[in-house]
Amino acid sequence: MDIELRGITKRFGHFTAVNEVNLHIRPGEVLGLLGENGAGKSTLMNVLCGLYAPTAGEIVINEQPVRFAGPGEAISAGIGMVHQHFMLIPVFTVAENVVLGVEPKGRVDHLDLARARAQVRKINDAYGLEVDPDALIETLPVGVQQRVEIIKVLFRSADLVIFDEPTAVLTPQEVTEFFEIVKSLRDSGKAIVFITHKLGEIREIADHIAVLRRGEIVGHAEHPNAVSEAELAEMMVGHPVNFDVNKKPYQPGAPMLEVKNLTILRENDDIAVDDVSLTIHSAEIVGIAGVQGNGQSALVESLTGLTRVTDGSVTFKNQDITHISARQRHRLGFAHIPEDRQRTGLIPAFSIAENMVLDSYYDDRFSKGPNMMWDAVNLATARAVVDFDVRTGSVFDAVETLSGGNQQKLIVAREMSRDTDLLIASQPTRGLDVGSIEYIHSRIAQARDEGDGVLIVSSELDEILALSDRILVMFKGRIIAEFDGATADKSIIGLAMAGRYEAAA
Amino acid sequence: MSHAQESTTGLTEALLRRAAPTGTALEDLVVVPIFAVVVALVLGAVAMLATNVELATVGRSYVALLSGSVGSLNALSESLTAAVPLTLAGLGIALGFRAGMFNIGAEGQLLIGGMAAVIAGFSFQGLPGIVHVPLVLLAGAFAGGFYAAIAGWLRAATGAHEVISTIMLNLISYRLVDYLLRLDFIQREGRSDPISQSVLESAELPRLLAWLDPNLRLHAGVFLMIAAVVFIHWLLFKTRLGFEFRASGESPDAARYAGMKAGLIVVLAMCLAGALAGIAGANQVSGVLGRASPGFSAGIGFDAIAVALLGRSHPWGVLLAGLLFGALEAGGRQMQVDAGVSIDLIGIIQALIIVFIAAPLLVRTLFPWGFRKAERVVKE
Repeated sequence: MDIELRGITKRFGHFTAVNEVNLHIRPGEVLGLLGENGAGKSTLMNVLCGLYAPTAGEIVINEQPVRFAGPGEAISAGIGMVHQHFMLIPVFTVAENVVLGVEPKGRVDHLDLARARAQVRKINDAYGLEVDPDALIETLPVGVQQRVEIIKVLFRSADLVIFDEPTAVLTPQEVTEFFEIVKSLRDSGKAIVFITHKLGEIREIADHIAVLRRGEIVGHAEHPNAVSEAELAEMMVGHPVNFDVNKKPYQPGAPMLEVKNLTILRENDDIAVDDVSLTIHSAEIVGIAGVQGNGQSALVESLTGLTRVTDGSVTFKNQDITHISARQRHRLGFAHIPEDRQRTGLIPAFSIAENMVLDSYYDDRFSKGPNMMWDAVNLATARAVVDFDVRTGSVFDAVETLSGGNQQKLIVAREMSRDTDLLIASQPTRGLDVGSIEYIHSRIAQARDEGDGVLIVSSELDEILALSDRILVMFKGRIIAEFDGATADKSIIGLAMAGRYEAAA
Repeated sequence: MSHAQESTTGLTEALLRRAAPTGTALEDLVVVPIFAVVVALVLGAVAMLATNVELATVGRSYVALLSGSVGSLNALSESLTAAVPLTLAGLGIALGFRAGMFNIGAEGQLLIGGMAAVIAGFSFQGLPGIVHVPLVLLAGAFAGGFYAAIAGWLRAATGAHEVISTIMLNLISYRLVDYLLRLDFIQREGRSDPISQSVLESAELPRLLAWLDPNLRLHAGVFLMIAAVVFIHWLLFKTRLGFEFRASGESPDAARYAGMKAGLIVVLAMCLAGALAGIAGANQVSGVLGRASPGFSAGIGFDAIAVALLGRSHPWGVLLAGLLFGALEAGGRQMQVDAGVSIDLIGIIQALIIVFIAAPLLVRTLFPWGFRKAERVVKE
């Protein structure tokens, strides 16, 4: 299927999300669509999927202009999308999920699951997907769930498959397998759109790259090898990007936080963290790599005093803190950047000033007796906002009006503008633009240079590699490997993240 | 069961979001309520016409509604008298909304608070008014606060949803009051029906306009109402505790991550909400009724939910909404007398107001004027 977007523009009120975009998607080719969050990638693809009607411009399929009244029409025209967040029913089997909404019916109008299974097997064989049609979704790893989404799209006979940030949830090994699948789809003549903000991946898989910035196509590359990552990054961001984090030579000080044999059970008595021991020294960044859902969140919640420890001990500067509260830890000099800024880090409807004192409002600086001293709060916030480069009109604006990068910088400002000894940062730059990532990394490195112990938890291996002095890999609740940050090998860490690592190797 | 519970929770959250806005545009706070009242009155007229009331009678009843609520000194006095308990209990519910609690139990808290106030009101002979009246109010506040704290504690300790537990506590309170009213030391001498002794004169909230006309019922509770509005405004927006309430209400997860104690906040917020409802009950027995009888709460605790919703859980908004509902109640009585229209119509109008408040999009569609054009900015 040959698809052309001609002059596609999409406006929401006065805001132009996509402006005059021309794209040509050819069969048997992978088009890489590169852009930062908010660049308009998703809007553009939602236009193509029939979710939004374009304000101007037209979609041309095989020389025929088309107009979609809704997603249903786009699907029947052969356009399929694999969303970043899977839309699967966990308690249904693979075959049941695949046929959902287009169920094959038998003679007496019953659900013909046998036919559904056979069709899933056929698609399996054609593209080498290897998915058991009778497996329950909830028992499958994320990488396989993604393949189920692909089967869903192919089952609806899509000729154009759009992948929206498909690798975000995959381990490095799963990414490799996923690329093989994409290639086999391409070789069978499907047109593919691959949306991402990851530079390395796009150069590996795309046959043709288009870069989107602020809703406009700002660059093309006919051959991915014709451009370097730095050039792509510059196109994407609009200015040269420095990926290296500047920090002083590694000279760790005394142990700051010592965790011994920590075990944490979830509410359903599953083991979340299994006998973990680790030490964070002063002036050291320890990175925990691992695929999401391997106990990192539970570990961080327990270290910050938010959940109860089942067994083991935590000492901070030789003081036992295993059972003290989050607030007491905050007073001892803990700083915590939570993984979900919208849900746990900030209160989006509150003002910037209110969010700035969310965990220190009780402090003598900001309150007196029962009263809040809002003038002092506003003043301190105004200062911190300038210090930490949070771009906002006023400290009274609601946090929800800020961009993701500025929201995250606000959290960094809140946690690091006071005197701290230990920083625990979970996914500190997830979903941010390159500029904000650079800035937050430099702040974290600065805290380490000033003698703080730092624990970084991230599922972005590149982030762990860029920041860490020591790297620990977490898998199924255990720390299964430790690497030196300066000499670590990305592919070996990747293997360890998938649980395939022998300590001796 | 779990499914039903889940949908209750979902609905509750949707209502809470509507009820406790932070940084909502002025038009949502002011324009929507005004239109809601207008639409409700129009639909009220339609309801009357549909029940074969003549057009002239409809007109006469709305004139009566107006004159009965603000048309004379007596009307104003009646409106204010009715507004006081609605505003007090409404403030409590608004406080709960802000802290993320959907407190349906103001009715029960008001009953329990009122009973405690009555007992305090007739038990202490020979106290001067300046001591006795505050004592009565405090008794109401403590009893109401304690009763609400039960629901708060259940939520904090076991996760039992406060909507369910406060409804149950309401039902318990009805029977408890029936029982208490038949106890020897409470029941009025020589009566076989459940009715309490009258509060002593020293325990009565003083009538303010009795020097003009002894029939004017406006009493000192109106100052109590203003003081409560100011106090709640201070508490919510100027204090640490208020910040904790608002943060937990807006985002329990973020509040927990910030080190706030969710359980304690839940219990405290419910306790304060119950104390306000209890004061509303005390206000009724010592300012208006003079005694307690079965069902003396007269649905004020439920109307107060509407008041809090209409006032968007803002203390001053609650005051305005309380005044409006007070006026509707006083005017409704006049309407019944003058035009012979059932007072239930007032209930219909109040319900319609709430429907339209809860559905601002509907109001916006019906009345495109007065609103900035809706901007649909979809986040990427």
